[in-house]
Amino acid sequence: MDISPFGFYVFAGLAIACSLMVVFKTNPVANAFSLVLVFTAFAGIYANLGAHLVAALQILVYAGAIMVLFIFVIMLLNADEPSFDLKRSHPVMKIFVVGFCSFLLGLFIWAQHRSGTQAPKPGLFTVQAIETAGGNSKVLSQLMFSKYILPFELTSILLLAGIVGAVAIAKRNLGPKKEKS
Amino acid sequence: MNSLTCSNCVQPWVVQTFCAIIFFIGLTGVLVRRNIVVILMCLELMLNAVNLSFVAYSHQQADMGGQMAVFFIIVVAAAESAVGLGLLIAMFRTLRTVDTDEIRLLKE
Repeated sequence: MDISPFGFYVFAGLAIACSLMVVFKTNPVANAFSLVLVFTAFAGIYANLGAHLVAALQILVYAGAIMVLFIFVIMLLNADEPSFDLKRSHPVMKIFVVGFCSFLLGLFIWAQHRSGTQAPKPGLFTVQAIETAGGNSKVLSQLMFSKYILPFELTSILLLAGIVGAVAIAKRNLGPKKEKS
Repeated sequence: MNSLTCSNCVQPWVVQTFCAIIFFIGLTGVLVRRNIVVILMCLELMLNAVNLSFVAYSHQQADMGGQMAVFFIIVVAAAESAVGLGLLIAMFRTLRTVDTDEIRLLKE
């Protein structure tokens, strides 16, 4: 792929280090801020791959909205004391989980490496075609409102259901009011 | 252009391997951790890894469908984290803890 290796490896190393910190740090606030760094590194890789709209959405939605929700919940629940739940789980279980995930990862890399030799059939939207059509954001927006208009409208229903569901779950007393005796 | 012999570029399987590494770090976190806030964060990690895989394939195949899928995944992830954190607040109100080992109301 014609992306700059320097940018990719810097952002990839940052993302791997910070995601390990997300898993293995004990303080939830430290986990959350490592996760912000992971999201930012991913946005850098998206921009490197030419997906500018996705990079902007990544910063806005993930590093903005979702992380604010996480920090808000951590502060609301007073859950910012360190949790030593990693020490409590059984060592055999930990070794089994890490070994299982490493095995799946190795299997994936092997399969990817084997299948990567075949030349793919390129589609319509090459880098030059996107450049002449007015840039990544314009092409993606035109597709969003023409070919993918039905799923795009369905996401509004999904978001509405999400809002109503979140309020209904998190609200304290939504049932019928108790009569005063 | 033969993508296997280029010297100054990143090969596609390297990007996919990176996505898989992030995904399995997230899966390890979901399986190992007991703090439910951190479990939700690891779920977000896994979703992000899949997003990057989609964008890499979209770049490789010169097809915009992958980036469109990423857009919908971001929408679903936003709804998921809103509902999940609402569930977390409800759980904290009932049990006074964020530890998943304490969810044993059926056992008692």
